[in-house]
Amino acid sequence: MPDLAIETHGLTKRFRSQLAVDGIDLAVPHGSVFGFLGPNGSGKTTTIRMLLGLVAANAGDARVLGADMPRHVDVVLPRVGALVEGPAFSPYLSGEANLRRFDAADRHAPRGTRNARVAEALDRVGLSHAARKKVHAYSLGMKQRLGIANALLMRRELLVLDEPTNGLDPQGTREVRALIRSFADDGTTVFVSSHLLAEVEQVCTHVGVMSAGRLVAQGTLDEFRDEGEARVLVRTPDAALAREVLARVLEARAGADHPVSRPSAADAAGDDDPDGSVTARLGATPPEVVVAALVEAGVRVRGFETVHADLEQRFVELTGEGFDVVQ
Amino acid sequence: MPGETVEASAGSVATRDARTGGGTAWLLGSELLTLFRRRRTWAMLGALALIPILIAVAIIIAGPAPTGRGPAFLSEITNNGLFVGVTAILVAIPLFLPLTIGVVAGDTIAGEASHGTLRYLLIAPAGRIRLLLVKYAGAAAFCVAGTLTVVVVGTLVGWLLFPIGPVTLLSGATVSVGDALVRLLAIAAFVTVSLLGMSAIGLFLSTLTTVPVGAMAATAILAVVSQILDALPQLEWLHPWLFTHYWLGFADLLREPMVWDNFIDNAVLQAGYLVVFGALAIGRFLTKDVLS
Ligand SMILES: Nc1ncnc2c1ncn2[C@@H]1O[C@H](COP(=O)(O)OP(=O)(O)O)[C@@H](O)[C@H]1O
Ligand SMILES: [Mg+2]
Repeated sequence: MPDLAIETHGLTKRFRSQLAVDGIDLAVPHGSVFGFLGPNGSGKTTTIRMLLGLVAANAGDARVLGADMPRHVDVVLPRVGALVEGPAFSPYLSGEANLRRFDAADRHAPRGTRNARVAEALDRVGLSHAARKKVHAYSLGMKQRLGIANALLMRRELLVLDEPTNGLDPQGTREVRALIRSFADDGTTVFVSSHLLAEVEQVCTHVGVMSAGRLVAQGTLDEFRDEGEARVLVRTPDAALAREVLARVLEARAGADHPVSRPSAADAAGDDDPDGSVTARLGATPPEVVVAALVEAGVRVRGFETVHADLEQRFVELTGEGFDVVQ
Repeated sequence: MPGETVEASAGSVATRDARTGGGTAWLLGSELLTLFRRRRTWAMLGALALIPILIAVAIIIAGPAPTGRGPAFLSEITNNGLFVGVTAILVAIPLFLPLTIGVVAGDTIAGEASHGTLRYLLIAPAGRIRLLLVKYAGAAAFCVAGTLTVVVVGTLVGWLLFPIGPVTLLSGATVSVGDALVRLLAIAAFVTVSLLGMSAIGLFLSTLTTVPVGAMAATAILAVVSQILDALPQLEWLHPWLFTHYWLGFADLLREPMVWDNFIDNAVLQAGYLVVFGALAIGRFLTKDVLS
């Protein structure tokens, strides 16, 4: 299909005995902001290295911007800006000098506009004030910004950003999200990886989820949300009892209960028991049946909600590991 | 306007190429700028410059060396300052020059890999072969700089501290100061060429690792081992194949007329090393997984 910016079939990379990437079929549409999610060690960076021709796949193939990789690196890469496995620079050069150096390595980057483009990229990530500083004096967040600036030296058709918010403060994270939005508005396809779902969820149109080297789900954000099951959330001081009832009624394992500290609410009720919340998958059971069962069993229901699984729960369902490191 | 080519779409990549062109020269310029903006590079050139300075100062303090002791030409220096540069290069060749070349050549690819900048150069995209060529050219430029530093500083120091005059050559003939300076440059060229094979070895070793110190040490050690083998008479059959074989063989340039046989044999040998290790480096680097 010609409208895919990135397309892989059975892409596989093995490190000795370990399958780092296990036959993935990625489909990243042109103009999308594709969130490439997965816990640490799930194979995101290795996939990106294969897409950029840094690493050879053991099996499968990859097409980027319509051309086979790594055969057509020289044609494809000038149209791609990338941040891979964190930023990297020569520490003894200034931020500006580092960018000029990478720009000079790109045969297609016109020399005449080099200084202007470097200045503009630095300005775009808010680093103009530190342009002349040696990179070894940069903080982690500044290096991250410089790495993003490097991806912006030329107008790109595709931006591949591997964990772009690593090491950034909340303000920096918001700025990166705003940058990603502005790239998307320009029509640039953005492929952004993260192990922190919340950091990219707001800007993505599409997501793909990696787990232990496999692509366990991909699609538009909406499709992805719909696949997630609806859940019930019960707020009650009788958490243990509620869990029992839910388990019986829903024939499903209730989720973990989280004590909610709301001292003011507890005081108002003249009750020493803290509220807890219990969640469980709703499945096909009507919510009113659940409420009736809870009340009948004597559970003091103080709040009841049916919530559509948010992306994060879906993510946990898919990866099983939550945000922990695999292996 | 080159700026507009940025907007070009996939179909016109070839046109973009043709219009901007000359990219490799800029990459080389950027590489040289990077190399010679490094404090380490200047520290090594400074250390090389110290060799003729120390020799000259030692002679002034301790008086002339007795004939036949110490490096060749040492005893000539008090008569003619032009010999400082030649003496210094003789002292620098066995160890100091190869050490600095080992550092630069061993660092070429491994240094970029250890900083993680290799992946960004490759996705720029620099092109793997193009990057190797530029890196080798950078190392060769350092060979020129290192050799010239010893010879030029040596000549200047000699000029400053000792009498300068026509030079009596090994063949007994006497040549003018101008002629002697040309011969000094010829020696610098000989020594630079001598180091090109070693630089290719360093480049190849540098593609094997992400630990630059390893490639640097291995390259320098090879230079020492090669010189030791060259000194063992039992291995005479091997000697003409050792990349260090002609390292001290520039005496013919101090005869009248100049004899270029060694220069040519040396150049051929170094070219052979360059071809073999250059090909090995390309073969290795083209298929290398860049995981740093
Ligand atoms: N250079 C390497 N050598 C051996 N194993 C590696 C190497 N790089 C990554 N791996 C392994 O491949 C798997 C995927 O790693 P990676 O792609 O970096 O994951 P992610 O980017 O999702 O955190 C991990 O289990 C990791 O241990
Ligand atoms: Mg990673």
